[in-house]
Amino acid sequence: MSVNYRGLIRPGAAIAGGERSWIREKIFLGQSTGEYLKGLITPFNIIAALIFWVGIPVMVIRFAEGLAATTNLTDSNPWGIWIGFDMMSGVALAAGGYVIASAVYIFGLKEYRPVARAAVLTGFLGYLLAVIGLLFDLGRPWRLPYPMFVSLGVTSVLFLVAWHVALYLTTQFVEFSPAVFEWLGWKRWRRWAIRIALGATIFGVMLSTLHQSALGALFLLMPGKLHPLWYSPLIPVFFFVSSVAAGMSMVVIESMLSHRIFLNHDDAEHSKKLENITFGLGKAASLVLFTYFWLKIIGVMHSNTWSYIGTPLGNWFLVEILGFVLLPSLLFLYATRRRSVGLVRFTAVITVIGIIMNRLNMSMIAFRWDMPDRYVPAWSEILITVTILTFGLVLFKWIVNRLPVLEPHPEYGDDH
Amino acid sequence: MSVSRRRFLQGAAAAAGAVMLNTLSSNPVQASAVENFAGHPDRFGMLTDTTLCVGCRACERACNRANDLPPPEKRFADPSVFPEERKPSADAWTVVNQYEAPVLGGSPVYRKVQCMHCEEPACVSSCLVGALKKTPEGAVVYNENVCIGCRYCMNACPFTMLAYSYDDPVHPAVRKCVMCYDRIVKDGGVPACASACPVQATIFGKRSELLEIARSRIKNNPTRYVNHIYGEHEAGGTGWLYLSTVPFENIGLPANVGKQPYPEFTRDFLLSVPVVLVGWPALFMGLNALSKRREKLALENKDGEKK
Repeated sequence: MSVNYRGLIRPGAAIAGGERSWIREKIFLGQSTGEYLKGLITPFNIIAALIFWVGIPVMVIRFAEGLAATTNLTDSNPWGIWIGFDMMSGVALAAGGYVIASAVYIFGLKEYRPVARAAVLTGFLGYLLAVIGLLFDLGRPWRLPYPMFVSLGVTSVLFLVAWHVALYLTTQFVEFSPAVFEWLGWKRWRRWAIRIALGATIFGVMLSTLHQSALGALFLLMPGKLHPLWYSPLIPVFFFVSSVAAGMSMVVIESMLSHRIFLNHDDAEHSKKLENITFGLGKAASLVLFTYFWLKIIGVMHSNTWSYIGTPLGNWFLVEILGFVLLPSLLFLYATRRRSVGLVRFTAVITVIGIIMNRLNMSMIAFRWDMPDRYVPAWSEILITVTILTFGLVLFKWIVNRLPVLEPHPEYGDDH
Repeated sequence: MSVSRRRFLQGAAAAAGAVMLNTLSSNPVQASAVENFAGHPDRFGMLTDTTLCVGCRACERACNRANDLPPPEKRFADPSVFPEERKPSADAWTVVNQYEAPVLGGSPVYRKVQCMHCEEPACVSSCLVGALKKTPEGAVVYNENVCIGCRYCMNACPFTMLAYSYDDPVHPAVRKCVMCYDRIVKDGGVPACASACPVQATIFGKRSELLEIARSRIKNNPTRYVNHIYGEHEAGGTGWLYLSTVPFENIGLPANVGKQPYPEFTRDFLLSVPVVLVGWPALFMGLNALSKRREKLALENKDGEKK
């Protein structure tokens, strides 16, 4: 893989290729068509192709025959995993984009710069996948622009979410665009994109604060349906704070994986840098999770719903906030003290699982908890979600192999 | 001096707030979802007296015909539907359920179920395209032509009374009772269910007058009725009112909906939005300036040391 990546950054090779050089250099990683196609046969690609082969026909059935044919959604449970997982969890896990961007561009914490582009790219793709998931979930997805341009329902929290996710997707593209322009070699465009980075970042933080919390605020209208231990007027705050921890943990995991998979050179300096970033993020995530834990406790105290703790769902609530909020908070602290990169990364995985668990609890497990007709996703819903995720991974891999994401572009250096 | 300054700040804050509120509630119909709106005085409502209902399901048949809904699987006169507690669906906007009532010595209670036509509907406030509206006449209506099918309204509804035509791939839509809006806007028009009811268990009229009727029924026959009009205050008040012999919980009317109008649950959050919109850029620009200055000072210090 690293060979491929270096194929990109080898300047001058373009001249040798003649007419076909652009495609050869930019798309085929400097290889001939035959070489490139042969190189595509990898275990990862074969599994991805299999998933597409099974998943895409089901996607077609979703549109040809409707939601009833492909989902277990009902009038009582109108939101399934495309909302609970793709949207609610996807957007929370994509928070790394604004967390790192604000650290680097607003607070001037330059040591996080090496992971900034990957974080913004992951964020962008996370939102893109959430929106793609939404296209399957909406009854009439071709009307997606209606809340923006046709009929504005300004009293709706979802109206905010729609606008902010659309604007933020655009903002993240702007934030990521310097990498695209470096890849294309459009120097003037790149200069402009870098000039607006600070503005875009601030705009992005504003949008993120609002829509991360707005996703939680959607549940404020459902006090009778969400379990009392999860329902709280503080839900918007819970969603925002937990998204920060989720974002940091995702950056820890994602930078480790990218480092292992895409860059196989033994650059001690790079490893050292990445370790320091990992410790920094671990320390910060520990603090954020600790805050989140106490906010959750205050939420329960505020609603005085302790009596539910002894019930099965109450135990499940304890598992979530003790095992997947308090525990990772303490583990992060311990791991950074002991300087154990491995433990920070392991804790990041626990944190991410915990946040996904929370979003699924909110939208499914603790939702309409006392009703007889519970929602369980259909296999086709899960398959479509897996297909969308695979698409995201393929796209991420394709971009990282071509664009200067994990390492600075040799012609531009580190000044992005 | 301090008083006048405070006045000035209050004025400025109020002006800024007003501008933001204005933007938030630019649509006058939807404004009722955000602010405490007393409602149009002559709005209509419905009153279902479950002590009168005989479970004939004539209302179901009338609703089916008035709204051109598909024919039912079992005939409307067939009582074999009763063992299951049914909910309104995309193809049946109202259903009559049978409930056991031990106090009545074995004879069951029947209740007609449909959209409650809330005074301040959660669904209306939740709709991001304004497809749902509370009309001045009191009906909560739906505009299929703008609905994107997010189904937030269905989750927002405290009574879970909205249905979706999931099986339609091309034109799926939210389906619910609209209080026969096209009929009631005409003079003397009455919803199909009310006009079909052979025992006048469900009647149509101005909500204020229906409340009077309900109160006098309870007063004149206190042993027959639970001393409560369901819907007078539930979820901030509903257009559909119920009377009953047995506790309302026993006939499928939720006791946990409270008295607060549902749009109030999200109002505080919506009001915090302008604060973030205006405050965050200022805050973060400030923080950025601070970190830049710190950097500059550090650089100067370094230079100083070198000299």
